[in-house]
Amino acid sequence: MNQKEWPLWEVFIRAKQGLNHKHVGSLHAADIKMAIENARDVYTRRLEGVSIWVVESKHLHASEPAEQDSLFEPAGDKIYRHPTFYDLPEELNHM
Amino acid sequence: MTDTATTYNYLLHLADNSMILGQRCGEWCGHGPVLEQDIALTNIALDLIGEARSLYQYAADLKGDGATEDTEAFLRDVLAYRNVLLVEQPNTDWAYTIVRQFFYDAFHALLHRELMNSTDQRLKEIATKTIKEVTYHLKWSSEWMIRLGDGTDISHEKMQKAVDDLWEYTGELFMPSAIETAAANAGIAPNLIDLKAEWNDKIKTIFEIATLSIPVSTYSQKGGKNGSHTEHLGFILTDMQFLQRAYPGAKW
Repeated sequence: MNQKEWPLWEVFIRAKQGLNHKHVGSLHAADIKMAIENARDVYTRRLEGVSIWVVESKHLHASEPAEQDSLFEPAGDKIYRHPTFYDLPEELNHM
Repeated sequence: MTDTATTYNYLLHLADNSMILGQRCGEWCGHGPVLEQDIALTNIALDLIGEARSLYQYAADLKGDGATEDTEAFLRDVLAYRNVLLVEQPNTDWAYTIVRQFFYDAFHALLHRELMNSTDQRLKEIATKTIKEVTYHLKWSSEWMIRLGDGTDISHEKMQKAVDDLWEYTGELFMPSAIETAAANAGIAPNLIDLKAEWNDKIKTIFEIATLSIPVSTYSQKGGKNGSHTEHLGFILTDMQFLQRAYPGAKW
């Protein structure tokens, strides 16, 4: 990697109180402060958020795309894991 | 001078400062050192121009007679502009841009904090909105002062040079013009002299962390507030006013 290049950061924005931070993209910055400021300037210009998380991309670890079959496919035929099989009392309207 | 004339002239002075600095920052659009900072500086430019618009609109309302924010911004010539000389200084490089911004932000933040106590209701409301933007500008430019001042030998040298060259334009910020004195007497504006010590403290604090030296010279360039500008302003206005001059009344 070119040593003169600033490290890459992943940006997560909380759209409003009560919601989760969601990944919105990435950017380059020299340090933590600059990463948060850059995220503010690049990703919250149109009132997208109330809170910012940044993580240096090198600290994220991803699952192996090659293992997709063994990791995710087994869940495909186990529809009984969805809660729709339970009879719910009528008073519970919002499940 | 009547109260309305005082307010009108004072508003133009404030608006011109933000308009011209906004125009300077806008020159970086598409030329920033990295994409993220290009956007950061363009955001600041838009904040400043937005503030200038509110002030010009208010000034135009006071003037009446068909005046609008556009007539105030685009149809006044160099001699009628009342901005301080600092804001019209060229971008030169990133170091000059940051130092100019930091010197002005430190002043701009104090000014708007005081304008929130203005006896003029509309100016007070503009200041209440502006202070949030300016607080961020100051944080942004302070961090760049530190990052580059206390950075590499080359970045330090470039920052110190920009400081040494721009320092003589900072004194004017605190030299009240007749309009500012009248505005302060009317309770619309603060006394600039009261802000100077606090500005100096802010500069000193950041310079210490940034390992930069404050120049010893006390010589000040001045005149912008009375319409005597450096040669740079004419070129800025030529760019900025071209459309309204070539196609009077053009709209989009």
